Amino acid sequence: MSSRKYARTACAAALAALSLGAQAQISGGSVKIGVLTDLSGTYSDLAGSGAVLATRMAIDDFIASEKPNFKIEMVSADHQNKADIASNKAREWIERENVDTVTELVTTSTALAVMKVAKEKDRVVIMNGPASTPITNEQCNDVSVHYTYDTYALANGTAKAVTTQGGKSWFFLTADYAFGHALEKDSSAVVLANGGKIVGSVRHPFPGSDFSSFLLKAQASGAQVIGLANAGADTTNAIKQAAEFGITPKQSLAGLLMFITDIHSLGLKPTQGMYLTEGFYWDRTDETRAWSKRFFEKQKKMPTMVQAGQYSSIYHYLRAVKAAGTDDTSKVMAMMKKTPINDFFAKNGQIRDDGRMVHDMYLVQVKKPADSKYPWDYYTIKATIPAAEAFQPLALSRCPLIKK
Amino acid sequence: MEIFGISTALLGSQLLVGLINGSFYAILSLGLAIIFGLLNIINFCHGAQYMMGAFVAWIALTRFGISYWVALIAAPLIVGLVGVLIERLMLRRLYKLDHLYGLLLTFGLALIFEGIFRDQFGISGESYEVPELLSGGVNLGFMFLPIYRGWVIIASLTVCFGTWYMIERTKLGAYLRAGTENSAMVQALGINVPLLITFTYGYGVALAAFAGVLAAPIFQVNPLMGSNLIIVVFAVVVIGGMGSIMGSILTGLGLGLIEGLTRVIYPEASSVVVFVIMVIVLLLRPAGLFGKS
Repeated sequence: MSSRKYARTACAAALAALSLGAQAQISGGSVKIGVLTDLSGTYSDLAGSGAVLATRMAIDDFIASEKPNFKIEMVSADHQNKADIASNKAREWIERENVDTVTELVTTSTALAVMKVAKEKDRVVIMNGPASTPITNEQCNDVSVHYTYDTYALANGTAKAVTTQGGKSWFFLTADYAFGHALEKDSSAVVLANGGKIVGSVRHPFPGSDFSSFLLKAQASGAQVIGLANAGADTTNAIKQAAEFGITPKQSLAGLLMFITDIHSLGLKPTQGMYLTEGFYWDRTDETRAWSKRFFEKQKKMPTMVQAGQYSSIYHYLRAVKAAGTDDTSKVMAMMKKTPINDFFAKNGQIRDDGRMVHDMYLVQVKKPADSKYPWDYYTIKATIPAAEAFQPLALSRCPLIKK
Repeated sequence: MEIFGISTALLGSQLLVGLINGSFYAILSLGLAIIFGLLNIINFCHGAQYMMGAFVAWIALTRFGISYWVALIAAPLIVGLVGVLIERLMLRRLYKLDHLYGLLLTFGLALIFEGIFRDQFGISGESYEVPELLSGGVNLGFMFLPIYRGWVIIASLTVCFGTWYMIERTKLGAYLRAGTENSAMVQALGINVPLLITFTYGYGVALAAFAGVLAAPIFQVNPLMGSNLIIVVFAVVVIGGMGSIMGSILTGLGLGLIEGLTRVIYPEASSVVVFVIMVIVLLLRPAGLFGKS
């Protein structure tokens, strides 16, 4: 062997050893992301296959621009909005397939169940779809990130805006389960704090389809605002039937949890003028438009805030893995919390110790049909709610990780 | 004026809303009762067929500009034809087997249909506008009644009682009833019983699709709209007595009213009340209110 050839071989061997050394920090040789979401039920439009696509886009973009020296894999499954299915699947992924992070998790009950499994097995959980505040309060832990939004931020945006603009008396139409109750509670507090009053509420079975009885009660109450503390098909049906019974526009509706897919499905006629709180709107800046159009080409629908948040959170996670040089949960979590988030989704977003990612939220108003110029041109942004005001302050936190 | 601390205006409006929902229950349970009566098949796809009726109307309007009035006839025909195919190709093979097989087959078909529509149209649903002629509403003094809701009551009661008349009072109906009692004998008298059975299934399915078209302007048209409703409708059929025509119509209307009342008095129980009644009826009259034991 000539000395040159020897030197070349030695260099190659050394390089190989070096890259092996780097890879040894990544368990199983690759970073594996498990997207656990609703692929077939009520929430499959707002999260679902769009969230899987967003995750795939984040992985592909990350590989293309950051050239990581580790492999990235993705698996996905349908949790059917059932907590037991979600926790079993998460356990199987972690134990048998060496999944490093379980993500998305629309429906609070599935999120809470997977958070417990992940804590026990020391893996990362990144949540975008679920809404309830207990995730970062009573049930918080140090392996979880709640990224896109929560009921506090929604109430604080929509209920506050409507009340301060003169909608002082409220009647709540509430889905009769944990999420609906939480949303009603958070919203009532905001209404009262802003000088409004609650004149009544009615709890409807979940899922419902005919809301006319409940709407007639709301009508009889004489409230200026009917707060819809429900989601998905319950909300869209209630809005449609409120218009049918001539309740709107005499009384106004406040959709406390609505997504752009709901507006798209109802059309602008029954929804015009409604206020909503969103963590993301595709048509806000050049950056959001560029990303959303890429998403639209594949999904044929504009992204919801959950799907945009899914991309942003996974990209942030992968970047943290690269910076930390390991997929070790506590080191990655520390890196994720240390690094601010700056992308099309969030500016100076920050993950707090309770797991809450705080970022600006947007108060939007649904456009009149005549003002909508092109497909998916649905919102006017009325106000940007700064990160510090949008989410529950740490001083009010009920999370044991927060030292007071 | 108040009764039990509830204003009569509120009570009146809730009863009327209950009657509207009852009309949907009546027309859907009627279809199920007819199919069960003659075919001995528990048609679990009824909810999916109701959903398909609504979707056919929506597709007809948005893709082809076909109006509500045409869809009201065309959608039941199209979906009924799908029913005829299902009967000819699949159900026919199961008549000699236990009820369970028919139930499993139709349940599987329901999942397939819902899956196809979910894949094509997503889950959020589509909006179908109330037709021009029936938009707006009238003030009844105690409530604002959308004209369309009034139309739902009239249309479904007409179809329900028309169907009852056809089965109980016409020659075709007599063949049907005779076929249910003793099909071999009726066949021996020269009546084509298999054709009669195919027609009956197609008709039952068409009723579901008709209800779907009626529902399209009221509810978001979405792939799961039927599965939310079908369980209640099955309870209605059981309470009325499996296979009883008039029983299913009256029970449907009655339970709609009771559900409406529950919504005034204790809304949280409104989704359970039908099942509580079902338990009581099954304990006291296992054959149902109108069934022959």
